[in-house]
Amino acid sequence: MQKHDYARLGETLYTDTLPNGLRLCVIPKPGFRSSFAAFATDYGGVHRRFRLDGQTVDTPAGVAHFLEHKMFDLPNGDNALNLLAANGADPNAFTSGDMTCYYFQCTHSFEEDLRMLLHFVSTPYFTAESVQKERGIITQEIRMGEDSPGTAIYYMLLRQLYARHPIRERVIGTVESIAEITHETLYACHRAFYAPSNMCLCVEGDVDPERIRAIAQECLGEECRALPETDFGEEEALLPLQSSGQEVMAVSAPQFLIGAKLRPAGTGEAALRQRLEAQLALRVLLGSSSPFYTRLYADGVLNRDYDYEADFSAGTGTVILGGESPQPERVLEELRSEVAGVCAEGFDAARFERARRASYGARLRALEDFDNVCIALASGVFDGYCALDAPLLLQEVSRSACEAFVRENLADERLSIAIIEPKKV
Amino acid sequence: MELTRTEIMPGVWLSHLRSERFKTACLSLTLLAQLKRETAAMNALLPYVLRRGTTRLGDMEAISARLDELYGVAIEPAVRRIGEIQCVGFYASLPEGDFLPGGQDVLHDTAALLGELLLSPATRGGLLLPRYVDSEREKMLELIRSRINEKRSYSLIRCIEEMCCCENFAVGRFGGESECEAIRYTKLTRQYHSLLQSCPVEIFYCGRADKKRVADALREALTTLPRGEIDYEIGTDVRMNALEEQPRFVEETLDVTQGKLVIGFRLGECMEDPDPAALYVFNSVLGGGSSSKLFMNVREKLQLCYYASSIVDIRKGLLLIAAGIDFSRLDAAREEIFAQLEAVKRGEISDEELQSARSGVASELRALTDSQGELEGFYLSQILDGSDCGPLELAELVECVGREEVAEIARGVECDLIYFLTGSDAPEQDDEEDAHAEA
Repeated sequence: MQKHDYARLGETLYTDTLPNGLRLCVIPKPGFRSSFAAFATDYGGVHRRFRLDGQTVDTPAGVAHFLEHKMFDLPNGDNALNLLAANGADPNAFTSGDMTCYYFQCTHSFEEDLRMLLHFVSTPYFTAESVQKERGIITQEIRMGEDSPGTAIYYMLLRQLYARHPIRERVIGTVESIAEITHETLYACHRAFYAPSNMCLCVEGDVDPERIRAIAQECLGEECRALPETDFGEEEALLPLQSSGQEVMAVSAPQFLIGAKLRPAGTGEAALRQRLEAQLALRVLLGSSSPFYTRLYADGVLNRDYDYEADFSAGTGTVILGGESPQPERVLEELRSEVAGVCAEGFDAARFERARRASYGARLRALEDFDNVCIALASGVFDGYCALDAPLLLQEVSRSACEAFVRENLADERLSIAIIEPKKV
Repeated sequence: MELTRTEIMPGVWLSHLRSERFKTACLSLTLLAQLKRETAAMNALLPYVLRRGTTRLGDMEAISARLDELYGVAIEPAVRRIGEIQCVGFYASLPEGDFLPGGQDVLHDTAALLGELLLSPATRGGLLLPRYVDSEREKMLELIRSRINEKRSYSLIRCIEEMCCCENFAVGRFGGESECEAIRYTKLTRQYHSLLQSCPVEIFYCGRADKKRVADALREALTTLPRGEIDYEIGTDVRMNALEEQPRFVEETLDVTQGKLVIGFRLGECMEDPDPAALYVFNSVLGGGSSSKLFMNVREKLQLCYYASSIVDIRKGLLLIAAGIDFSRLDAAREEIFAQLEAVKRGEISDEELQSARSGVASELRALTDSQGELEGFYLSQILDGSDCGPLELAELVECVGREEVAEIARGVECDLIYFLTGSDAPEQDDEEDAHAEA
């Protein structure tokens, strides 16, 4: 395995690619009691249309998530979730727009649990009955999301921004779309996307990297399968489809999100650099010490329920900020004037350097969580960079690049605002 | 890892846990007060007002700039309720110098800033600034009102409020809405001084610095802390039985598409001498995780819901069982939940169920030693319980819990109240209406 020393961060990373194409990342953490393993596939809610073996396949919304629910069933009637839990592990899984990830944390019998993880994720077993049964459970999960203002407003904004890209649809699908999913759909998508060559295994804990490599090789075989070509449709224009939208729900105060689309930089170090520039630019412009936030907070326009991020997934890049506010339109106005200020005068140099320090500290803190680290590593692997490079590469990000990011991506016409107003009782 | 606890000033206790494993250290400062309706909202508001500005760093922008300078040290208000003890203060997370460019050590500066936030607030004429008090009060009101947004947690809070309507526990950690509305800067300033003088103070540090360095930095930072008579008479009142003979039923209607059922119980007899290890295992067998009886039966086997789980409050002696269900399936879900509880009472717990519950809880306890935030919360609760049992020792005890101990706990449990959150277009239920139900 290749050894990468991150002395400044006090970490050592081991990486490798197995003959079957599986990418492997291991960070040994001597002295820690828990170990964490994440087995992820580069397949999520947006991978709806793909070509494999000369055939184009269109799938309904919600297949990746449905598949995640069903993967725990084993052919002998066992459930992998229960087996892992019975062993004392804490297993779970999630499906995002561009990734499905199965993981567990444990404090003993790590190798046994790891074998179980690799085994169940690569063993599809679905029947018409079990699929029908799961539909009921997922329907309840869909309903639960419908009552959540956080979920509702997130997809409102994405539908305002994106005209076609499947990122605008809920990862979980709809009651109608999941009605179309059969056990055959699940088998076809598992075969297409759960090949080791489309996957990545990340482990952190008091473990031996070579042992993990050996176990992965033994459990997953040698065959390196061809990968499907995914199709997200025509490239989107940078302007939002709609510049505003409003809905009404049972909430205590107006909720809002403001967003903008950006052109993602592809893969590799360029992708990481773009993420760092975006995140640092947003921290200076919108962060907890920015004049924008502190002023609006003091004026009662924003509160602590406020956040911002630059999210990159499946060929999209989206800036999102929002929270709760009695005057969402005022937030939008103030944002416009901040952006105009940056365009005219740039960032204050001292403030920019302080933000860089704070960002470094925050990245150091993020390294404490094994789950954070493993999922960030997997995400980086699928986009061709190493997440551990971030704190060091951050030192190279220039003020002018961050100013350019704001200028190029957050102009008036690029912004869209979604608002949920409280239902009048 | 060995925890030491020292009184560094009158009524100010430092719990020090030295660890070389982390890249950041944590430092929390907590004032302990009895949870009461009259004072809870004021106590909860204080750290938020203090965090707005000090005599030296007059506003939030100045404080944030200082924190950024210290490589993103985070100091945030922390307001918790442990049993009926309200815990208010600050939680700081600071990068360890070994990982900073130039090896800068930020412990001393962080402790100083913590002391400054607590003891030198921005004031005029000796009173907390009205504009900070008013602004934070409005935000806290929004926060209290926003509990309705997430229906799953909202239904749990509502069940507790109704169930413990005659107890202080019904007051949330942020206090009540009307008490919060009534807060003014003069009254809050008085409460601030009274808290500083009388509250026991718990400080927790976990990181690379040795005890002397931490204690010295804190003594210096807290030099001006006024200390009067310390009120150690704080604790939790445990009610053993349900309020009425028959479980009360409270139904509330909101515009939701999924119903939320929460069933509240008193843990009863086992609270005479609560055994945390057995209580955790009991909860895990019943509804603590994905191999629990509730998950396996109510969700997996009968598909009555998306989630079905239980939580216990081992200080207040409560068991809450929650499920997200279709409006029409209330009766079926309720029946099945009670059937599962009956099975536990009869000791119908398979070896696998028991083993999986024990090892799940033990593993969680061991894993928490890898997280400073969790260690802080664990030890604060232990200190309030007067227990010096560490997470690893508790994990050992958990592994010895037997089937009969679990069944014994279940047999003492008494249902007090059933809360159901339903939608406006839900089919009519025949159940009795209850006077407590809200429109």
